[in-house]
Amino acid sequence: MMLSASFTYRKVVDRGMAAVCAVCFVAAFVPLVSVLWLVISKGAAGLSWAFFTELPKPVGEEGGGIGNALLGTLYMVGLACLIGLPLGVGAGVYLAEKGEGTVGNTVRFMAEVLSGVPSIVIGIVAYALVVIPMGHFSAWAGGVALAILMIPTLARATEELVRLVPGSLREASLALGVPNWKTSLRVIIRTAMGGIVTACLLSVARAAGETAPLLFTALNNQYWNVNPGAPTASLTVAIYNYAISPYDDWHAKAWTASLVLLIVVGLLNIASRVLTRSRLKGAR
Amino acid sequence: MAEAAGHLAVEATEDGRPGPGNVGDRVFNGVLWTLGIMILVVAGLIVLNLALMARPLAKEHSLWGFVTSTEWNPVEDHFGALTFLYGTLVTSAVSIAVSVPIAIGLSLFITQFAPPKLGRILTIPVELLAAIPSVVYGLWGLFVVVPWLRESIEPWLGKHLGFLPIFAGPPIGLGYLASGFILAVMILPTIVAVSVEVMKTTPEANREAALALGATKWEAVMMAVIPYSRAGILGAVLLGLGRALGETMAVTMVIGNSPQISASLFAPGYSLPAVIANEFAEATSNVHIAALAGLGLILFATTFLLNAGARVLVTAVQKGPRRAKG
Repeated sequence: MMLSASFTYRKVVDRGMAAVCAVCFVAAFVPLVSVLWLVISKGAAGLSWAFFTELPKPVGEEGGGIGNALLGTLYMVGLACLIGLPLGVGAGVYLAEKGEGTVGNTVRFMAEVLSGVPSIVIGIVAYALVVIPMGHFSAWAGGVALAILMIPTLARATEELVRLVPGSLREASLALGVPNWKTSLRVIIRTAMGGIVTACLLSVARAAGETAPLLFTALNNQYWNVNPGAPTASLTVAIYNYAISPYDDWHAKAWTASLVLLIVVGLLNIASRVLTRSRLKGAR
Repeated sequence: MAEAAGHLAVEATEDGRPGPGNVGDRVFNGVLWTLGIMILVVAGLIVLNLALMARPLAKEHSLWGFVTSTEWNPVEDHFGALTFLYGTLVTSAVSIAVSVPIAIGLSLFITQFAPPKLGRILTIPVELLAAIPSVVYGLWGLFVVVPWLRESIEPWLGKHLGFLPIFAGPPIGLGYLASGFILAVMILPTIVAVSVEVMKTTPEANREAALALGATKWEAVMMAVIPYSRAGILGAVLLGLGRALGETMAVTMVIGNSPQISASLFAPGYSLPAVIANEFAEATSNVHIAALAGLGLILFATTFLLNAGARVLVTAVQKGPRRAKG
């Protein structure tokens, strides 16, 4: 069929399609550069010490910061880690070590499918689980929502990384008479530790960037808050509120807050990359 | 420690059966099993809570009435989901139409045309796109994409393709097209990541056979790579579609939040996640909350089925074609 065409024609089609594919790459690259460039160029002007440490000020007043939102994000991500990291990593280790058979396959499939559930839906679930019984919005509710989001992706990532540990290590340990559980804990998991930390960092980065599940769980707060039972501000909800406001002054704050968020997320991603690289070098 | 371990190991063999013999193993296995089962518990909690929240709705509306009515009136407790379903479907369709060709081209470039080293480097910007939080995409959409669409793209489309109902009407900027465009950027990394993985599973021998018979690189792609990975690419697209349906913040910020159904892509509309995000915190009546939870349940069921289907397709390709046993 295709081969009956002349050789030159086929060569031209080949080069042409390769070029089209390269253009697709450029098309994907443009939005990335645009987002990063605008966040940096529009956000950098507003960076100051006060932006990190002060409370937001009302419209029209100069200055003010997002200190409470930054603290709130750290605080709720911390709560989410308390619940999400042990469950996510634990489920991942289960999948890697005992995940054969029907139960294991069901758990794996469910983890994969759950990682695609929209975060806003998880927000509704956290509302039902925490906000309704407590009777009001709270940092706990936000933390629970973020934790539920973390668990499935973290479980799958942990499984992949634990499975990278060579089987010969396990056999060597078992051959020395070490029982199964001690082999899992002291040999397999310890070897995979670097990878597990990487997976945790990435899921923390993802949780820090979530907005939708916080809107009606943690709500917002104009003041400093360290009470897990009270509504709490977060960096992402602050960006949202500033962005949809009609004030130029607040729009500028949204860009600066976005820059801060991108720096936080970026640092977590870079840290995980560095860890992965050093781990790979160590393994060689 | 070695002695203790040896002792335990002996105990395990004396037990006379393979598998967990000693106390440590039994405890460890029990803990691991519990942690694994927690994933199923979480899934159960999600379904149960959504259903319980949405239950008051069932008293007032039939399911069919709920999804086919366009009226959304919290004051009179009358709720219909059609406007939001329409907005979600249209924005997702736009995003798929924009994103899929680019994603497939990009995946082919990474796996087939670029040298392997360059291919690995090229995946980094794609991963970066996936790492940007959706509220930042929303901000970018609101202040960059919307004005750009309003001032350049929409007038141009209206002038040249305005006879099509989807490109008719005044260029507003905020609306279906803006949401679809931003969603396209956001789902691109998902589709690319999965497509690349699937394309990499094509046996090198298939491709080399095509090349050895004199096929050009592109012909080898069409003969070996695409047929082998077709189902997996479809899976990747379904995963992307699932993300597009459920994406909340970016869409809420640029769709215009106007409860109306319009044929024109330039018009503002509303989507399922957007209405949940906007109204949930302020909903006061039980039925209103139930209606919003009902929308959440529809979203959950749809994305659940899409993701399940996508996973089945992708896993089938990664495992390779089933061969009849001889």
